[in-house]
Amino acid sequence: MKILLQLFITFAKIGGLTFGGGLAMLPMLKHELVTKRDWVTEDEIMDYYAIGQCTPGIIAVNTATFVGYKKKGIIGGIVATLGMVTPSIVIILAIASLLEAFMDNAILQHALSGIRAAACALIVNTVITLAKKSFADVLCIIIFVAVLALSLAFSLPSVAVIAVAGLIGVVTGIIRARRAKA
Amino acid sequence: MNIFLLLFLEFFKVGLFAIGGGPATIPFLSELGEKYGWYTQEKLTTIIAISETTPGPVGINMATYVGYSTGTQVYGLWGGIVGGILATLALVAPSIIIICIISKFLASFRNNKIVNDAFYGIRPAVTALVACAVISLIKESIFTGADGGFEFNLFSTLLFAAIFVLLQFKKLKKLHPVFWFVGAAVLGIVFKL
Repeated sequence: MKILLQLFITFAKIGGLTFGGGLAMLPMLKHELVTKRDWVTEDEIMDYYAIGQCTPGIIAVNTATFVGYKKKGIIGGIVATLGMVTPSIVIILAIASLLEAFMDNAILQHALSGIRAAACALIVNTVITLAKKSFADVLCIIIFVAVLALSLAFSLPSVAVIAVAGLIGVVTGIIRARRAKA
Repeated sequence: MNIFLLLFLEFFKVGLFAIGGGPATIPFLSELGEKYGWYTQEKLTTIIAISETTPGPVGINMATYVGYSTGTQVYGLWGGIVGGILATLALVAPSIIIICIISKFLASFRNNKIVNDAFYGIRPAVTALVACAVISLIKESIFTGADGGFEFNLFSTLLFAAIFVLLQFKKLKKLHPVFWFVGAAVLGIVFKL
């Protein structure tokens, strides 16, 4: 019971005190989980991160589930994840309800227009970062261009795109392995 | 179908298929807004900005906010609170199930050739999906007037371009997003964007 409470509090602290998910959380995770609590090793955290990036879902949540599971099985995984998301839920609901109440205010409208322009610039930068990480070779760039062109022209369901791209990756892997043998 | 049940099912699907963390959920959120009319793309851009500014994983913040926006439309404040909580729990449920299964076979999953090959193809596809969603966000947030038609707003475009250029400097890139948002908000008020 005590460990579950510790898991919840530790991850609530990480969720409530770090800005930005993904890699931005890594220093805080290391500090809380490796240095302070000795729950996992630094290598384990890096492994969880690597796997968390290539499994579905939010990376920070995947990492929390891994650590919780290691400490206390399935219930530990659930409790650690709930700890991670609780601060987000509380903070966002508070901000959202406040903001919606003043939505008709002209000054707020102008401020939000400015913020949206900034948000667009930041997201374009995120796309560039993603591109740098995902363009391993020419075939990757071809997949990127093809998917981008097709989804701009027709609105393709993302689920189908991901499934087909995964299949292309697997088939390419098989072909390359055969060629290497021959 | 009941809106809360629909919200839960849709976010469960996002949690199951969005591979690559927070940014990978953006194309799905964009799709949901278009499919059900729960929120506009312009509103989604505001949601993304607020989610990047507040503590916690960005993907979780976006899910809570989208759930809130959807719930309030039908049932007011309490509907929003229930919607926010439901969307978030639905988003993380698949993660919990998948990670608990993977934990059992950790070593073999990490070095599995098929898994690695699949991700070789998935990664650029996800980047393209996010790029496509971002293009529609930009179109509706910067180039759409109050009447919903195309509008070229010189100041918004300049602000967008200026911040993008500044972000290419390594030192400025490390600044917290809130810095850009506060600056842009002040400029937005001053120039009555």
